[in-house]
Amino acid sequence: MCESYHPQSCDTPDPTAAGFTRRRFMGHGLGLISAAATVPAFLMRAGDALAADTTMRLSSKPGVPDDRVLVVVQLSGGNDGLNTVIPFGNNLYYKNRPSLGIKEDQVLTIDGVDGVGLHPALAPIREMMDAGLAGVVQGVGYPNPNRSHFASMDIWHTANAGSENGGGQGGRGWIGSALDHLDSPTGLDCLSIGNDAPLATLGHTSRPVSFEKAQLFRWAGRDLDQAVSKTYDQVQHVPVNADHPLEDPGHDDPLAFINRTALDAQVASQRVRKAVWLKSETKWPKNGLANQLQMVAKMIRAELPTRVYYVAMGGFDTHANQANNHQRLMQQFAQSMKAFYDELEASGQRSRVVSMAFSEFGRRVRQNASGGTDHGCAGPTFVFGDHVNAGILGKHPSLDKLQSGDLIHSVDFRSLYTDLLEGWMKLDAKAALGRRFPSAGILRGAAV
Amino acid sequence: MAVNTSLSPIAENRFDLAAARHLLWRVGYAGAPAEVRELQTMGRDRAVGRLVDYGKIDDGALPTLDLDPDVLRKLTDEERQRYRQARQNGDQDVLDEQRRMNLKNRGEDRKMMGRLRQWWIERILATPRPAEERLTLLWHGHFASSHRSVRDAYLMQQQNHLFRRHANRSFADLARGIVRDPAMIKYLNNDRNFKRKPNENLARELMELFTLGVGNYTERDIKEGARALTGYTLDDNDFAFRKGQHDNEPKTILGKTGNYDGDAFVEILLKKDACAKFVALKIYDTFVADVGDVYDAVPRGPRKIIDGLAKRLYRNGYQLKPVLTELFKSQHFHDPGIVGQKIKSPTQLLAGTVRGLATPTRSKTAMASSMASMGQVLFEPPTVDGWSGGRAWINTSTLFVRQNLTTYLISGQHPAKAFRPGQTEYDPRVLLAGLEDKSADAVTDYLIDHAVGPHVSAPRRAPLHRFMTDRGDDTSNENLVALLSLITAMPEYQLC
Repeated sequence: MCESYHPQSCDTPDPTAAGFTRRRFMGHGLGLISAAATVPAFLMRAGDALAADTTMRLSSKPGVPDDRVLVVVQLSGGNDGLNTVIPFGNNLYYKNRPSLGIKEDQVLTIDGVDGVGLHPALAPIREMMDAGLAGVVQGVGYPNPNRSHFASMDIWHTANAGSENGGGQGGRGWIGSALDHLDSPTGLDCLSIGNDAPLATLGHTSRPVSFEKAQLFRWAGRDLDQAVSKTYDQVQHVPVNADHPLEDPGHDDPLAFINRTALDAQVASQRVRKAVWLKSETKWPKNGLANQLQMVAKMIRAELPTRVYYVAMGGFDTHANQANNHQRLMQQFAQSMKAFYDELEASGQRSRVVSMAFSEFGRRVRQNASGGTDHGCAGPTFVFGDHVNAGILGKHPSLDKLQSGDLIHSVDFRSLYTDLLEGWMKLDAKAALGRRFPSAGILRGAAV
Repeated sequence: MAVNTSLSPIAENRFDLAAARHLLWRVGYAGAPAEVRELQTMGRDRAVGRLVDYGKIDDGALPTLDLDPDVLRKLTDEERQRYRQARQNGDQDVLDEQRRMNLKNRGEDRKMMGRLRQWWIERILATPRPAEERLTLLWHGHFASSHRSVRDAYLMQQQNHLFRRHANRSFADLARGIVRDPAMIKYLNNDRNFKRKPNENLARELMELFTLGVGNYTERDIKEGARALTGYTLDDNDFAFRKGQHDNEPKTILGKTGNYDGDAFVEILLKKDACAKFVALKIYDTFVADVGDVYDAVPRGPRKIIDGLAKRLYRNGYQLKPVLTELFKSQHFHDPGIVGQKIKSPTQLLAGTVRGLATPTRSKTAMASSMASMGQVLFEPPTVDGWSGGRAWINTSTLFVRQNLTTYLISGQHPAKAFRPGQTEYDPRVLLAGLEDKSADAVTDYLIDHAVGPHVSAPRRAPLHRFMTDRGDDTSNENLVALLSLITAMPEYQLC
């Protein structure tokens, strides 16, 4: 475990440690390699053999589901929650949204829920709700809301609502902090699609693998030519103590550490790129979020040791001419999530994947003069998977009791994190969030 | 092999090219072969003096940056009145307008922050006083504040000036300055530290992270220290002391009782041995070896050096130059067990490659994005504890980013773009000016010696020699670009 205050004492897993655990097998394969100091071709074969061997899907601890996956979908810009989960039964909604309000006859209703329904473009998600695969928690937020994208996003990422100055504190992310406590990190525990690693995924030692395209998760110098690529591999396969082979460089040797990490990275890179090369089983819509989720579905199917995937979709900052834009965003979001779970089902992976889709804030109750909405506070958060409580969860925030024109939250977002970390991933939520939060009840009993 | 733990200087004649190179890499941001030779010719004492005592080196050619101090200005009385009235009357239009104005100013400020960050990077890449930037960055990581929370680029720049002004002078003045620094006051909420409602944030970090280290004070000392700091706040862009909010009663801090204010609190801290040791440890961890920042966890050998440095710091009233000078001449600093064993920070990797190999600087956005992916966004340390450093810099993700950055600087091959041959715009042969034997073998060894260090073992060099042999021993521009891309992708290159 990597709990020490010293970054120096945190290390890649001991490759000689006994047992093929699913999360450890990469390290093990490398143990063989560095001991034998053999050629790169073997490295590839070793990785492939292990990947193909499904008996590797063993748990490191009895009773702990080692292969559960969490997918986080960030809807950047502040999704208009009020036009996502729509309180059509309340006149105040139409009063505040004279032109933007979705007409009652268009709202998608949910069996057993009165006066509240979904945006018409969310039909694929309603289908998932009917199948018990999707839920939406209403009124999610935090105390002393901050209406700056930047600060509010920081708050969601760090799980620190910084009551002192009401702003983001920077700091470490909720996912990264939770993954800091993994018994045997693989170097591929968290994967984010995009150029920069989201703050949420940055822990004390844990950092995600992040790339926009899987092809970029490699050494770019390989493109110079074949001989360069070959020489690059050769250097790393010369033992670091080759000039004095009787002396064990030991764990403290920084060069041995970096060389080991380089070999780890090599295996991770090959596995990721090979996984993404696979063909999908189902048909996918063509949009940014769908493309990202399609990659994630392939990596899940290839059984990478990755526990958390992070994807993002932008465009939700609808200050003007919202109606059409929001319609398109809702449609892309819903179609992508549906396609993702269809693909997971087709590849037999659905039961091990829970997803959450959040936005940094909702928008003002009252529409503005440009046919749009300005930054607000509480909003709905979606959860997906076999193991979530389906349907519209909780109570819609009041439309008459507002805080400076904004909805007041009833569920703290960190309660959702608690369920996902502790209930789903069996990670230490308190260590990641700084303190305990009550469950938001998003998981079905059996999953917890 | 035991590491020499003496602070006595190395013999004059041991200050060879390798030693000069080590000095330039560890204390500055590397340099071209000609710079290494020049430093070596100066001899041990003048070479160390040139790096550490840089005040007389003219830096007038460096870019300057004037930021608008009023992007985030205080409201005028008139505006304040108008918004107060709007709040009372629930006038949403006026409130919306205020909100939009706020968001616009924040956006402006973030743009300014981008310029400030770029300015610092450019300075690091071009400065004739590299140790000044190394030390300024050291103090930025030590007295860490982040723009993510301060959210005022102008204040961040003022803080940077504070660190630069005292960088090689006196730690005592840095500590004295930091409790009056508007960015820090904002970052650690001392603007909310009032007599009737003390806020302990600054008092706590001042002891835990800035001066003494964990275990050298009690919770009670924090409470009392916070009282001493009450009323230390900011007025727009300047420090302000608000007498009315200051607790004017006696406090007991670390066993001493008196009617202390924040400045007196700092003096009490500076009188503690633990403070000198804590600062010496930080200097050691920055320049000598990745030992972390917990004194009690440091092995005996390094601890002996740290204690020696701490004594000298304390005796000289926290003057930094004497300590740095002694350290950088020392047998310990130049021991083979120390050389080539320290993990480079992202800033060192970037600046060291540009300066050490004389590469083009390439695209600004690519540089900024690499720095973010490698985990070191200047002006945004992850926590008040600064950057973790050492092994925390390296993992499966950052290692590719690091290798791709150096490859990009050398070859022009942008990691996110399709390969375009012939875009290098860089001729590594400029590095070979002093080399007589221009055979492929000699050039390969020369470039490894220069870029990584002469300590690289022969078996690890062998693949690179084979590579050049397979190319018909042709030291063309193209082949040298490939060779340098390979050398900088060696795991050894991550160390210095």
